Amino acid sequence: MTSTTTNSPVGGVTDTADSGALRAENKSPRRRVKQSRHNLTRPAGIGLGITVVWFSLLVLIPLTLVIIQAVEGGWDNFTTTLSNPQTAAAIWLTVRQAFLVTVLNAVAGTLIAWVLVRDNFPGKRALEVIIDIPFALPTIVAGLVLLSTYGPRSPIGIDIANTEHSVFLALLFVTLPFVVRTVQPVLLELEPEVEEAAQSLGASKFQTWTKIVLPALVPAISAGATLAFARGISEYGSLVLLSGNLPFKSEVAAVRIFSYIENDNVGAAASVALVLLVVALIAIVILDLISRKVARRG
Amino acid sequence: MSIEIRDTAKNFGDFVALADINLSIPSGGLTALLGPSGGGKSTLLRIIAGLETPDSGTVEIDGVDATNVPAQRRGVGFVFQHYAAFKHMSVAKNVAFGLEIRKQPKDEIAQRVADMLKLVHLSQFADRLPSQLSGGQRQRMALARALAIEPKVLLLDEPFGALDAKVRKELRDWLRRLHDEVHVTTVFVTHDQEEALEVADNIVVINNGRVEQVGTPDDLYDNPANEFVLSFLGPITTLGGAAIRPHDIEVVSPTVPDVVTGEIVRITRIGFEVRVVVQPFDTAGRPVDDQVTVTLTRSEARELGLTAGQRIGLRPREGSLIPAR
Repeated sequence: MTSTTTNSPVGGVTDTADSGALRAENKSPRRRVKQSRHNLTRPAGIGLGITVVWFSLLVLIPLTLVIIQAVEGGWDNFTTTLSNPQTAAAIWLTVRQAFLVTVLNAVAGTLIAWVLVRDNFPGKRALEVIIDIPFALPTIVAGLVLLSTYGPRSPIGIDIANTEHSVFLALLFVTLPFVVRTVQPVLLELEPEVEEAAQSLGASKFQTWTKIVLPALVPAISAGATLAFARGISEYGSLVLLSGNLPFKSEVAAVRIFSYIENDNVGAAASVALVLLVVALIAIVILDLISRKVARRG
Repeated sequence: MSIEIRDTAKNFGDFVALADINLSIPSGGLTALLGPSGGGKSTLLRIIAGLETPDSGTVEIDGVDATNVPAQRRGVGFVFQHYAAFKHMSVAKNVAFGLEIRKQPKDEIAQRVADMLKLVHLSQFADRLPSQLSGGQRQRMALARALAIEPKVLLLDEPFGALDAKVRKELRDWLRRLHDEVHVTTVFVTHDQEEALEVADNIVVINNGRVEQVGTPDDLYDNPANEFVLSFLGPITTLGGAAIRPHDIEVVSPTVPDVVTGEIVRITRIGFEVRVVVQPFDTAGRPVDDQVTVTLTRSEARELGLTAGQRIGLRPREGSLIPAR
């Protein structure tokens, strides 16, 4: 996080005739920057204090502890854990499925948001509410719902229990609302006039979409995709029932962490956790870069 | 490039937006579509642009039937009330958009964009984002963007409606001057009669989906075809049962023969203008008719030394009574 200070008018000096005045001009902005580094009033200071304490207790300290636990056992412990074929397979499965789900979500979520914003149809309001159910549902309930629909006793004859597909399906279910909910408000703000302007300038429907609409939506899509991916790699509750947690087949990283803890191997659990943490961070950075690039290029 | 609109009608559900419009807009002129909100003028403009399809009738641009030509290929520049800026693109990119779609050579685009930005006085803002511009600047950018593609006609939908009064006035003057420079057939929609009278060569008054009158600003102001045009084109008051503009009433002494006598109810000064509200009397001194509003310049009012409660005589200036039709 970078903190912005007041915009000092350094670039605004055009009069170079008097070098003394220039020196004075050069000096003053620097002093002003120094003053404005700390411009907190008392209530703002208290607010910042609470924020920092809150953030530390809930996020920073626990995260640091996980990292410490992971490296405590030394590099050896870390590599041994990750070179365990079962663990590696679990991490790879998790990342792969979360990635696929994220890609699919980016497309389907945008489409759903488009339908919800731009089209009018009976039942639109009901659909608005239903969209959030996968997110709001307790994950184990979601797992149960999926198991009874796509499990061994599936009333529609689709049984994907104990396979890799079950992980994919469960992740798809719980991450459905993310992209929809991030794209929707941006789409609402995007005036149809802008598209009409593009058309009157000679753009086809496809060109209007790729050059005007999509660049405006990409930051929102990537924000939603980041959330979906982060949720995907950490998902546990909704998939344990349907996936069966078969090693090398349908066991995900979160389940692996759980079993390490059960076997009292905290170091190994922390190592897997650290990997997930790093993967999530990388995903956030990549998606942020993509959205910046697309938004700039237009 | 002239525009011919024949028997054009458009309904939105039960609402009749346009009923059988026949209109021809001359080439090279600056034409205003004037009327109250919801009167159908924007719909007509959007039909000319191809952004709306008429239920019936045809639109001809430059002698070619354009009714079924999509907006994309009509070669029409359109400026929206709320700018419709491409927010993620710089000002220069916005202006270049139509040219890039047409896949023109890069150096030609750069030259054209530079010319356009110079025309609208935005050269120094080329690299800014639209969000870094003021409303007036954004609208000028939108205008440059529309003009860059060398449109056959330029259409503006309430172009100054979202701007504050001062900027609106400046841009009005500026549009007039720009049009004298560029000479592209221009149609703009407005609900502001002052704007239409000041800027346009021709005014089309539209109300309830119908064309009420077409003419020059002078025509419409002096010879309104009907009660609606009369009342819409400027303030109106009644003197002795006839409609008249408030500034066409002369204030004289109540003893002058053949004048309407009355008592001043209220005097309001608005800048250089003085508005005098008068209650007329009949010969027996009883109040009759509705109150009359008279507009004077400040110096006239000062010369006459008017005060509230004073008795005065009113008479129309010569040839200023508008015949009732």
